[in-house]
Amino acid sequence: MNLTLKIWRQTNAQDKGKLVDYKVNDISPDMSFLDMLDVLNDQLIVKGEDAVAFDHDCREGICGMCSLFINGEAHGPDRGVTTCQLHMRMFKDGDTIYIEPFRAKAFPVIKDLVVDRSSFDRIQHAGGFISVNTSGNTQDANSIPVPKHDADRAFDAATCIGCGACVATCKNSSAMLFVSAKVSQFALLPQGKIEAADRVLNMVNQMDTEGFGNCTNTGACEVECPKGISLENIARMNREYLKASI
Amino acid sequence: MALDSKIPNGPISDKWTDYKNHINLVNPANKRNIDVIVVGTGLAGGSAAATLAELGYNVKAFCFQDSPRRAHSIAAQGGINAAKNYQGDGDSTFRLFYDTVKGGDYRSREANVHRLAEVSANIIDQCVAQGVPFARDYGGLLDNRSFGGVLVSRTFYAKGQTGQQLLLGAYSAMNRQIGRGKIKMYNRHEMLDLVKVDGKARGIIARNLVTGEIERHSAHAVVIASGGYGNVFFLSTNAMGSNVTAAWKIHKKGAFFANPCYTQIHPTCIPVSGDHQSKLTLMSESLRNDGRIWVPKKLEDAQAIREGKLKPTQLAEEDRDYYLERRYPSFGNLVPRDVASRAAKERCDAGFGVNKTGEAVYLDFASAIQRYGKEQAKIKHLDENDADLVKQLGTEVVANKYGNLFQMYDKIVDENPYQTPMMIYPAVHYTMGGTWVDYNLQTTIPGCFSIGESNFSDHGANRLGASALMQGLADGYFVLPYTIGDYLSADIRTGKISIDLPEFEEAEKNVKNQIDALLSTNGTKPVDYFHKRLGKIMWDKVGMARNEQGLKEAQEEIAQIREEFYKDVLIPGTADSFNPELAKALRVADFLELGELFAKDALHRNESCGGHFREEYQTEDGEAMRDDENFAYVAAWEYKGNPSDAVLHKEDLKFENVKLVQRSYK
Repeated sequence: MNLTLKIWRQTNAQDKGKLVDYKVNDISPDMSFLDMLDVLNDQLIVKGEDAVAFDHDCREGICGMCSLFINGEAHGPDRGVTTCQLHMRMFKDGDTIYIEPFRAKAFPVIKDLVVDRSSFDRIQHAGGFISVNTSGNTQDANSIPVPKHDADRAFDAATCIGCGACVATCKNSSAMLFVSAKVSQFALLPQGKIEAADRVLNMVNQMDTEGFGNCTNTGACEVECPKGISLENIARMNREYLKASI
Repeated sequence: MALDSKIPNGPISDKWTDYKNHINLVNPANKRNIDVIVVGTGLAGGSAAATLAELGYNVKAFCFQDSPRRAHSIAAQGGINAAKNYQGDGDSTFRLFYDTVKGGDYRSREANVHRLAEVSANIIDQCVAQGVPFARDYGGLLDNRSFGGVLVSRTFYAKGQTGQQLLLGAYSAMNRQIGRGKIKMYNRHEMLDLVKVDGKARGIIARNLVTGEIERHSAHAVVIASGGYGNVFFLSTNAMGSNVTAAWKIHKKGAFFANPCYTQIHPTCIPVSGDHQSKLTLMSESLRNDGRIWVPKKLEDAQAIREGKLKPTQLAEEDRDYYLERRYPSFGNLVPRDVASRAAKERCDAGFGVNKTGEAVYLDFASAIQRYGKEQAKIKHLDENDADLVKQLGTEVVANKYGNLFQMYDKIVDENPYQTPMMIYPAVHYTMGGTWVDYNLQTTIPGCFSIGESNFSDHGANRLGASALMQGLADGYFVLPYTIGDYLSADIRTGKISIDLPEFEEAEKNVKNQIDALLSTNGTKPVDYFHKRLGKIMWDKVGMARNEQGLKEAQEEIAQIREEFYKDVLIPGTADSFNPELAKALRVADFLELGELFAKDALHRNESCGGHFREEYQTEDGEAMRDDENFAYVAAWEYKGNPSDAVLHKEDLKFENVKLVQRSYK
């Protein structure tokens, strides 16, 4: 199929940036979206133009490095996938596709479609851990039984890949879904309960410092999350926060 | 130079404990004055960085991704082995040790493997304490599954995302230390050279991938944890950015490179669909617990399936060839990876392949869905003769175990694997070879260590499933933090290493020159053009089956592509900006050298063992034929300018606790 791409080009953080039109032809429906961008880049390079910069690594939907706002949706029109798992069979011959970076104050653009998400890391530095040193002499793993139901819910929260789709989707650029996923994982496990109060206060404080917006319970983040992280986590984080604050 | 593996004396089960009791330690006050660089933040690098920082060292950690959490360990699906014997099925440290040595086709170092088996149980304890949400059963205790090449259930898992959960555990331990200032994290940085001062590793030259700036970083020791080099094949299950550069740069500075030809071709990957493809996707080995592998028994059925005239579900049970169950009745679908891969290739080469290209076999869950469905019906007191109900209940169980893998398959292939069998084919997945290290995990460069997939040490010629995660975390959490202390104890009075030393200046100049030369080539072809050509040669001639003629041709052809690359590569952009094409070119330049050494190593090893299969050396029924008399050694190559000039050093492997026999899974 033949497509028209309208891609955000921005040389660096200082540049104003603009949408530029490109054409790609003979795209196979079996290609992934990023395979298609590879084809475009090879075309551009041979023509002597600069390749379109975009983040990607594992290309199997688990590392969380790829991003892209495609036709106004984080990770494009499919559900439950990252951009690297989005296939061209979701589009039709002759389509025009808008490709933009994840936009948020806390995610400044580095170049073209690449943004700086180190604010996410800094939130994790503030409390996204259990304070246990590596000794190998911790108690036997089976001496901490965890009800299967809790373990499964902790796991579901822990599958967040930190891509930032929730922030890019949210009208307030809120990071609540991301932060609550980690807070929930540990709040649901006996190992994490000891530091639960400090953790939630510190992580939320860092989230505010980074310039993310507030949550107004729209729920768009849950819809667009490639890993289906549940809104329930935000409710749990609010409870944890309240508990820790009084 | 003679290779000294520094294996401690004494009985194998006491070596590690005795050794730890006698090595030198660094006192806590002195650790504050010692810097350590860790390159790579996967399971090995992340766990090492966190542990070294907890001990009190000043750690500088580097990764090329935008966050340490992205390292490719995250993509490991199936599980992690540990000799916990929670299932009471007779597992023990010795059994894990024995299975790993046998699985590696008797080409690994006994002492290292035994240590790995010893610390395996600690890993699970540590990870649970960190809040890693492993799968549990209804009593709240940890669940296990079984993996290839073993007869016990010792694999701990978190659905199909075990690597993700373990990596996020190591990442959280790192975050705690980053927050305390004990780890200084350098995201989006790539190591481009090692700096040696008076023969010792004292720092690195790194490129800031955002600004393009070339930076000098000094330390008292350098730890390479940069993963494997499977991307030399272009198409592999590795991440796009996975590369050999850090390991190759230390090789060029004097670290021997061991057994480069030992590559794992994983049997269950989604088949290649066309030339446009940039990477391959793995379907976890854990699926072989419940999936049965088959091809049609009759050639005409295979052809009809390829032409779309017949559906696999229409084929009667007696017309299917469950070839692994037929050839290997005692291990069945759970034979080790090298055996399963070769068996798939054998059937496809014989004309029984089931996709358009004829390079795919089926992985079928219909029997598992039936089995689980009946079990559930019984538990829930429902009618176990109601076919629809049984299917629905069985599907739920399978979805609960492998849901994310089935979803991945569906998205890529556009077929529902609950309804029709998956199509799979082998693909490059892991490299057992890597930088040579001694018992301390130190390379042949003093002060330069190598851990995880980037070293050669524990898996011999074939890695068993769920052992990579075990090795990465064992090295990083429990081995390196001790052994590096023994080396650093001599450095407590050294003081800060200056980055103004002439050695730093020279290394920086060389890196800048290489970048300038690449950018000014201004040829006609993008980097991928060369990488794809290299990959095709590697797959055709240095892949699942190798022979003398093909390997000789491969060496020549790779040298030829390398020459063309330096004359004709076209890289857009500048050196002092965010330039992914330049970063890619620097990596491919190293793959073009490694590929040739890889073929040279495969050519010299006149035997078949594990993942290294030479067509000249096979038994009548197509099994690998080892030559223990002449090849029971580690081939460690010394860099001499050109890959073809590399000099071979041998570390003889002594087997005192495991008897060398022909590996049989029949």
